[in-house]
Amino acid sequence: MNWLNDEMVNHLREVSALPDLSGTPYRILRSLASGGMATVYLAEDAKLSRQVALKIMDVLAPSNEMASRMQTEARIIARLEHPGIVPIHDVGSLPDGRVFYVMKYVHGDDLTKYARKEGSLPERLRVFLKVCEAVAFAHAHGVIHRDLKPANIMVGAFGEVLVMDWGVAKILLTGDEGTQLSGDPYFQGEEGKATADETRLQPPGEIPAVPFVETLSGTVLGTPSYMAPEQALGQTSNHNQSTDVYSLGAILYFLLTHRHPHEGASIGQIRERFLRKQVLRPRDVVSNIPRPLEAVCMKSLATDPLDRYSKVEDLEADIEAYLSDLAVSAYRENVLEKAGRWFNRYRFIVLLLFAYMFVRFLVFFLARR
Amino acid sequence: MSNDSKIRGSSFPTTQMSAIVGLRSDDLSLRFQAAELMAAVYWKPIYKYIRLKWNKSSDDAKDLTQGFFTRALEKDFFRSYDPSRARFRTFLRACVDGFVSNEEKAAHRVKRGGDCPIESVDFNSAEMEIEFSELPESSSMEDYFYREWIRSLFSMAVDILRQECASAGKTTQFEVFERYDLNEEGATGKKTYEAIASEVGIPVSQVTNYLAYARREFRRIVLEKLRELTASDEEFRNEARWVLGANLK
Repeated sequence: MNWLNDEMVNHLREVSALPDLSGTPYRILRSLASGGMATVYLAEDAKLSRQVALKIMDVLAPSNEMASRMQTEARIIARLEHPGIVPIHDVGSLPDGRVFYVMKYVHGDDLTKYARKEGSLPERLRVFLKVCEAVAFAHAHGVIHRDLKPANIMVGAFGEVLVMDWGVAKILLTGDEGTQLSGDPYFQGEEGKATADETRLQPPGEIPAVPFVETLSGTVLGTPSYMAPEQALGQTSNHNQSTDVYSLGAILYFLLTHRHPHEGASIGQIRERFLRKQVLRPRDVVSNIPRPLEAVCMKSLATDPLDRYSKVEDLEADIEAYLSDLAVSAYRENVLEKAGRWFNRYRFIVLLLFAYMFVRFLVFFLARR
Repeated sequence: MSNDSKIRGSSFPTTQMSAIVGLRSDDLSLRFQAAELMAAVYWKPIYKYIRLKWNKSSDDAKDLTQGFFTRALEKDFFRSYDPSRARFRTFLRACVDGFVSNEEKAAHRVKRGGDCPIESVDFNSAEMEIEFSELPESSSMEDYFYREWIRSLFSMAVDILRQECASAGKTTQFEVFERYDLNEEGATGKKTYEAIASEVGIPVSQVTNYLAYARREFRRIVLEKLRELTASDEEFRNEARWVLGANLK
């Protein structure tokens, strides 16, 4: 029997756990991240001589349902062609039946690392706006992400912002979009037979019993801090756009305070807080956060989906308003705050006006002497 | 392949029946066959464990190792194994500790005899391995035993893979696997795919495919052996996850 030294044993353990990519142009370089059901590897695409990210199911000999979920995930992302959503290059299956898909490999940091490096609040808010744009685009195409958190957002070396990991996404059927989705043979299903009227998204504010074609995962996954109350409490039928609005609010909370919402709390404690409707106040953590931003954050983090922004675009609009020194819809200012904001916005003109008046006064005063 | 693995072990029924179930069988031949597999995988970890944990001389450790297997068969140690309470390797290690402790108390060394499944093993190879490897801390002897068990299991799997590749006319596949994955210098001394391709005389793209084949077969063999070395589905899944990181949900 051959003597296998420690290096060999460790190497064999490692390579035996690696997926068999024979017959594909990909070669695994290292593991990047591991989630509940799949692992993402950094791989080399030998055909195009470039690095790609390869997501492969962990479960060997997966059931048809599991394989189908992964393929659906790939197709959802492929469908969402947007600069803020990671593009898919390829999808396939391994000899052992596991499904894999190939994505762009993003050189950069996830939002957690980025936020620690980036000191400027306006810069962080601009990145947040890009995340909102991508999520709003997905919503417009009938897809909700349901696992938005800093670890799933990459900020590239050139400032590009990409929303990753659509593994627990859910497809909502909306009017025209729903017709388009249900017309796609891949998305045909029992629920897919609903008419466009039946599947049209509910008006803002209502909590619809959302019809969906396929849910990628019904289980409660993800970081509890970023889960909407309806997710943490297991109310899966209530997941809609406002579920993502809550997670975006949690991301905003993180960008303002550098802390995760409910940091240190267990899922049980978080559920308890939701049931008691306890609110998170960013200013309790960092006292100098501007009140309008805190209000925007708290509106997004409302326990009751009816109290949140009805759509991501409204949240986006408030952040843009704040960055432009305009009033935000989530916050009612007093006169002083209004004057202060007005002064900030028109500082140059006001100062010019003051300077002009001062000179006039000086001229007038000197002329009288 | 040298004597020690040829002994036995690898010939256990390919039906992947659990050897642990076999050990508790009333059928004597099945019981002995199962003991052979157990001995093939476990004799080295047990020998090294007795040598280092119990601080025994090489001769004493040899006698104790052989004595343990002889006594285990005679006294049906393994009948008392309950898969719901512990993994088999944990149970086995506890049995070894109990056996050596009793031998010490009785102040006599067990005499070999009867049906011992490890009469012809190469204890010198185990002794050399101890000499050339880093000695474990006394507090981590449990981990040491498990690590040696994996080493023994993998060594057996490599030998079986070599035999299977030879009989299937896939010696090049094994050669590529040996050159790349069984590289003694570890990750730092790894040859490139290009270098291996030119040494073996195949296109570079074939290196990926040959390696994939050999690793797939190696993994299959390890899982088959694990199936034989465990008593229940649950234990098998847990061991597979622990040994290979394989998720067999």
